Amino acid sequence: MTTRITVDPITRIEGHLRIDVEVDNGKVSKAWSSGQMWRGIEQILIGRDPREAWSYTQRFCGVCTTVHAITSVRAVENALGLEVPVNAQLIRNIIQTAHAIQDHIVHFYHLSAVDWVDVVSALDADPVAAAKLAESLSDWSLNGPHEMKAVQQRLKAFVGSGQLGPFASGYWGHPAMKLPPEVNLMAVAHYLQALDIQNHANKIVAILGGKSPHIQNVAVGGVSNSIGHDAPSVLNIERLMLIKNFIDKLEPFVKSAYLTDVPAVGAFYLDWAGIGGGVNNYLTVPDCPQDAAGTVFDLPGGYIDNGDMSTLRPITTFGDAYFRDGVAESSKHSWYRGGDPLHPWDGETEPEYTDFQDEGKYSWVKAPTFYGKRAEVGPLADVLVGVAGGHPGYTKYLNAAMDTLKGVSGNPNIPLEAVNSTIGRHAARAVRCAVMIDTLKDQWQKLVDNVATGDVDTFNSPVFPRGEIKGVGFHQAPRGALSHWVVIEDGKIKNYQAVVPSTWNAGPRDADGEIGPYESSLLDNPVADPEKPLEVLRTVHSFDPCIACAIHMVDTEQQEIVKVKAL
Amino acid sequence: MQNTQQRNILVIGMGNVLMQDEGIGVRVVEELEQRYSVPPGVTLVDGGTTGMELFEPMRHCHSLIVADAVNTGQPPGSLVRIANDDIPAFFQTKLSNHQLGLSDLLALLTLKGELPEHIAIIGMVPHSLEQKLGLTEQAEQGMDTMIDMILIELDDLGVELEPRAQPRSGHWRKEAEWEALHLCA
Repeated sequence: MTTRITVDPITRIEGHLRIDVEVDNGKVSKAWSSGQMWRGIEQILIGRDPREAWSYTQRFCGVCTTVHAITSVRAVENALGLEVPVNAQLIRNIIQTAHAIQDHIVHFYHLSAVDWVDVVSALDADPVAAAKLAESLSDWSLNGPHEMKAVQQRLKAFVGSGQLGPFASGYWGHPAMKLPPEVNLMAVAHYLQALDIQNHANKIVAILGGKSPHIQNVAVGGVSNSIGHDAPSVLNIERLMLIKNFIDKLEPFVKSAYLTDVPAVGAFYLDWAGIGGGVNNYLTVPDCPQDAAGTVFDLPGGYIDNGDMSTLRPITTFGDAYFRDGVAESSKHSWYRGGDPLHPWDGETEPEYTDFQDEGKYSWVKAPTFYGKRAEVGPLADVLVGVAGGHPGYTKYLNAAMDTLKGVSGNPNIPLEAVNSTIGRHAARAVRCAVMIDTLKDQWQKLVDNVATGDVDTFNSPVFPRGEIKGVGFHQAPRGALSHWVVIEDGKIKNYQAVVPSTWNAGPRDADGEIGPYESSLLDNPVADPEKPLEVLRTVHSFDPCIACAIHMVDTEQQEIVKVKAL
Repeated sequence: MQNTQQRNILVIGMGNVLMQDEGIGVRVVEELEQRYSVPPGVTLVDGGTTGMELFEPMRHCHSLIVADAVNTGQPPGSLVRIANDDIPAFFQTKLSNHQLGLSDLLALLTLKGELPEHIAIIGMVPHSLEQKLGLTEQAEQGMDTMIDMILIELDDLGVELEPRAQPRSGHWRKEAEWEALHLCA
C-alpha cells in the first residue's frame, strides 16, 4: 500500500515549505518539494538607485540580512567593474564570516537538534556519567558534572511548567530517537551554552555593521567605516581588540563542542550516514576576497559532477564566466508563465497559479540548473569543493570529525562518501564552522596588518554610466551559493533577480523533469510512522532550509500539520 | 535611584517592511522615534524579521514591548494588546506572523530564567500583504492608535515621552512616499 504524506510547513523558521512524499513499504518512493509562497520581492527594486539596493535586499529575509546586503553591493560593483579597497573587503569578510558562525551554531543546536535529541530523555540521564562522556570527547570547559546537573534541573523545571516552547514540535519517544539519556543531556547542555556563545558572533557583526540586527556600513564601492585613532565611531585599535576578544570566545566552543557533538550524535545514527544523499552534483562560489579586484580568495569555489572529486572545476574570480554563463532557472514545474530555462538577467516572474499538480506545476520556487544540471549548494558542497581543491582547513577538520565518528561508533571503516547523507550535511556544517573560525582569525589579522601599513582606504566612489550595464554578485552564504543579478540602465535598476541557496536545493522538477536536491535526498528515506514523519523532517532540515527569501508569504493562518492519506 | 535602574525598557518593532502592512510593527516604532524624544533607559529597536539577534537585548531588559502584525482571526485593522500571562495562550493559537521567532525567544528566555518581568505585544491585523513599502490607508490610520497604545504602555511603566518640537520623517516613511510617487507616475 502506498501512503501519501504532506508536511506543511516544514521549517522552524520563517518561510513556508511543503513536502509531499509517497511511502511504499516503509520507504519514500516519490517526493515533491513545494514553496508555498509567491516570490517577486525584487520588483520593489525596479527604478531605484542601485547604491541603495542593499538596504532593501537585507530585508528579504530575517535570517540572512547581512548576506543579502553584501551580495547586492557586489552585484552592482561587478556591473561597474568597480574595485573595492582591501580594507573594505576584509571588513566585509569579517562580518560575513562571523555571521556564518552564528548561523551554523544556531542551525544545529536551536533549529535541528530536536530532530535527533530527545530532550525529555535527558531528564533520565546520570549527570556524572554525562559529564564523563562529554569530557572524554573534548576539552570543552563547560562539560563538568556540576554543569550537567544544573542543566538537568533547569530542564526539569521547564518541562514541568508545561510550556515546551521550542521543544514542543519535537518527536520525543519516537522510535527513530536513538541517543542514550547521557548524550541527550550533553546535547541539551550545549544547546543552552550555545545561546550565550552565538551572541559573541552577533557582537562582531554589530561592532562593524554599526547597528544590529540590520547592518548599516555597506556601500557600493566599499564600506562606510572609517579607520582612525580619534572619534569613538571610527574603527580603531580598541574596537579591533574587542572583536578579537569575541573571536577568542567563539573558537573553543566551535572546535571542542560543535565539531565533536555532531559526529558524537551521528555515531548513534550511523544508518543516517547512508540515507539522504542528494543529486550528488555540488556547486559553491569562492569567497573572502583578498584583493581589490576579487581575483584571490580564501574560500575556494567550484563545481563537482556526480560526486567525483576529480571533476572539480574551480570558479576563481568575481564575475567568473564559468559561473556567470552556467546559471539558468526553469519554471516548467513552478507557478510562473513559460517553462524554458532563462538566464537570471532575463528572468521573468509572471505568476500562473494552478493547483498542486504532481506531474505539472506545484511550487512557487523555480528550478535552477548549472549547465543544465541540478546542483546541491551549502556546507556539504563547500566542504567537498574545499577538500577536492586541497584546502588545508577543510581537509583537517573533516578528518577530525571523521575520527570522532569512528571513535564513538567503534566503526573504523566509515568511508568519506558517507558525508553525502542527512547526518553528513550536519557534519559538513560543523566542519565549515571550524574553518570559518580560522578564516575569521586570519581576516582579522590581515586587517590589523594592512591598517598598520598606513592604508586607511575603505571606499571607492561609484560612477554610473549612461546606457545599460549588467552585473552578478555572489557570496558563499551559510546556506550555500547566493547570487544577485542586476541590470542597470542610466543609473537606475532595470531588472533584479536573487538566486538564493534554498532555490537551488528546494527547487521542484526542472525543464527536463529532473528532481531537485530535497526531492532526491528524500528517496528511500525510511518512515516508521506516517503520522509522525520525523525522518522526512530530518533530511529536509539537514539542508538548513530557509525559504523566506526563496518565496513570499500569502497564507498567514497555516498551522503546522501533517496530512496522511492512503492511496 | 531604584526607579532609573528598573527602567530598562526595550521596544521592538517587528515585521517585513517590504510587505506592506506586514511591516506595521517596524513602521510604528520608527514613527514613535520620529515624533518623540526617547529618554535614557528606553531602547527602540527595528527588529525586522530577525530572531536570534534579538535574544541578547531581550535578556537584558526589564520590560519588553513588541509591536507586530498579528493574525487573530479578527477583521483587518483590529488592534490587540496581549500581555504577560496571556502570552502563552497567544502562542498556542499561533497568531503572529513571526511567532516562531518570538515564541521561541520567549521560551528560551524562560528556560534560561531570564524572561523580562513585563511583556506586552501591541498588534494589528494586517489588511494587505502586497509587495510594496506603502502601508494601506487603514493601517496608516491604525498606526496612530498603536503609537498611543505604546505610549500608555510606557506610561504604566512610569515613562513619559516628550513630543519633539519638530517631528521628523523616518527612512521607511520617506521610501514609501518615493514609491507612491513612482507608482502614480
